[in-house]
Amino acid sequence: MGTIKIDFQRCKECGYCINFCPKKVLSKGTAVNKRGYFPPVVGEGCIACGTCARMCPDAAISVYKED
Amino acid sequence: MKTIYERPQIFTDAITTYCGGCGHGIVNKLIAELIDEMGLQRDGVIVWPIGCSCLADKFYDMDQIMALHGRAPATATGIKRAEPNKFVLVYQGDGDMVSEGMAEIMHAAIRGEKFSVIFINNAIYGMTGGQVAPTTLMDQKATTAPVGRKAVNTGYPINMAEVLGSLRGVCYSERVTVTTPQNVMKTKKAIKKAFDLQLAGKGMTFVEVLSPCPTNWGMPPVKALEWISDVMVEQYPLGVFKDEEGED
Amino acid sequence: MGEKVFMQGNMAMAESAIRAGCKLFFGYPITPSSEVAEYFAKAMFARPEEEITFIQAETEVSAFNMIAGAVAAGHRAMTATSGPGFSLGQEAMSFMSCADLPAVILDIMRPGPGDGDIMAGQSDYYQLTRGGGHGDYRNLILAPYTVEEGCHLMQEAFVLAEKYHNPVVVASDGNLAKLRESVELPGRLEVPDPQTQYNVLSGFDPAVREKHVFLTGMNGVAEVIMINERLQKKFRDIEENEVRYERYQCEDADIVLVAYGSLARVCISAMKLAREEGIRVGLIRPITLWPYPEKAFRDLNGKKFLCCELSAGQMIDDVKLSVENKHDVYLFSRWGSVLPSPKEILADIRKLNEVK
Repeated sequence: MGTIKIDFQRCKECGYCINFCPKKVLSKGTAVNKRGYFPPVVGEGCIACGTCARMCPDAAISVYKED
Repeated sequence: MKTIYERPQIFTDAITTYCGGCGHGIVNKLIAELIDEMGLQRDGVIVWPIGCSCLADKFYDMDQIMALHGRAPATATGIKRAEPNKFVLVYQGDGDMVSEGMAEIMHAAIRGEKFSVIFINNAIYGMTGGQVAPTTLMDQKATTAPVGRKAVNTGYPINMAEVLGSLRGVCYSERVTVTTPQNVMKTKKAIKKAFDLQLAGKGMTFVEVLSPCPTNWGMPPVKALEWISDVMVEQYPLGVFKDEEGED
Repeated sequence: MGEKVFMQGNMAMAESAIRAGCKLFFGYPITPSSEVAEYFAKAMFARPEEEITFIQAETEVSAFNMIAGAVAAGHRAMTATSGPGFSLGQEAMSFMSCADLPAVILDIMRPGPGDGDIMAGQSDYYQLTRGGGHGDYRNLILAPYTVEEGCHLMQEAFVLAEKYHNPVVVASDGNLAKLRESVELPGRLEVPDPQTQYNVLSGFDPAVREKHVFLTGMNGVAEVIMINERLQKKFRDIEENEVRYERYQCEDADIVLVAYGSLARVCISAMKLAREEGIRVGLIRPITLWPYPEKAFRDLNGKKFLCCELSAGQMIDDVKLSVENKHDVYLFSRWGSVLPSPKEILADIRKLNEVK
């Protein structure tokens, strides 16, 4: 089971994390950040593969795995 | 809790100046990861170009120089010749390298300058707002190619990874892209190899990255990635064009 | 220190640069400067103990940018070129001044414009002193009139460049370049450890210092102001400390010649001929073309000035600024290629002596 942390202000809403998540854990957000972007929200079912973080152009995502 | 991915240490807190979905961000991040993993912060220098990445010095906590437009390989030549043991990374886009700085990159390669070059090919001018580049595809629209690129006034695309791979001074040349998580990992591997060969004192190492420019292509970011896979790789095939130990 | 040799100007200045600790030379062949590049190329292989790196760059554009990299890494580096090549270097001159990079350039002047001629001229004066590149920047310009002075200024250029973190140009000309004369070669300079150089791209340790970045891009009005104010302070410091000139017999003179470089030698001869005829002539010889030695003119009232140049009248602007329109300024202009004889200048002095 994994945990995803998104740096809310850093996100530019490109959607790569949502698009490439193999478990469709991430979805479009509804809260806006300072720069006018809507960072994604994290749902259930993360397997801690790190794909979202790997694709994020803004290094805004951290992923952790519970032991 | 085990860390699967965290923001690279070398990065400062600055938010990048790139647009959403820009490939520069992904490649900048891979560079940062490798600098961390390979311990290159203290004895490394990044030479930045002019273009969208010309503000990238703000993102990294290490010594850097922002070169004049197209001149990064010449500036890097000066650094590497003065300090041959220093790790020197040259980062250039297509307008900077292939247009303004064609002489500099070609001759640095001809001389076999022993630094690593990362070339961001997004087939367009980013910072100036979407003008035609030497790497723009035929019929691809740009603000200075309003009906698409036509040979009559702009000629044809150039494949840098193949051209540089043909030179003796270059010991490693590969073209990669960042369109999928797998390709991002391949890009990281290619850049790592380029860095390793430089540290081993071999010739120039060159990595061309096909990179999305959603803003100037007028596409949503995910579509931009698809456009690279569907259209751009036809002109710019992925692969290794040179892989040898180089001349000592 | 100090062996006397009979040596060509270009070669003597190249040797002086090596003795100043210049380890890297990046150049592109252009007459009349090429012997400097050839001297370094030879030294790289014939004198391995000097650890010299010579790179024949693809263009002067690249050569100047290679210097930027080498000096950013803390090492002494230079190029030698001539007018058309110096033109190509101008973007880097603007860049290096803005980035505080201590580059040293030897410009062997020849007549222009365009491709020009390959002999001696002084047609780069505007470009040297006004800046041929963009933006508000200045380069310290040193103009020798003998090979020996050239050797000393060549060495000092490195010290001054590092002192002010700014490019320094030694402005020689085709005559001094090709002239063989007796010269006492200067000795070796102490060379600072590259790691100790200002803002050097070397030895970063985040626990010890902030990162060093050479940056000329300005992002918004605050950076435009900050960087330009820093540069202007640097230029004011140079203006305050580095003005150099020589004056010859100006106190009793009615006519004061103003000349630099090899032409100043002809003017000294012309001055002597005039004095033999009873015409009281003096000479101001600027050694720094920028900052210009305005103060050399300050106490010279009631005199006529004859500005002598191997150009259409470029330095005359600075002479007029120096006398603040209080005195008459005349021009002796030749295009270069060959030096005028002292008698040609004497003829102008005689005419000027008749002017009431």
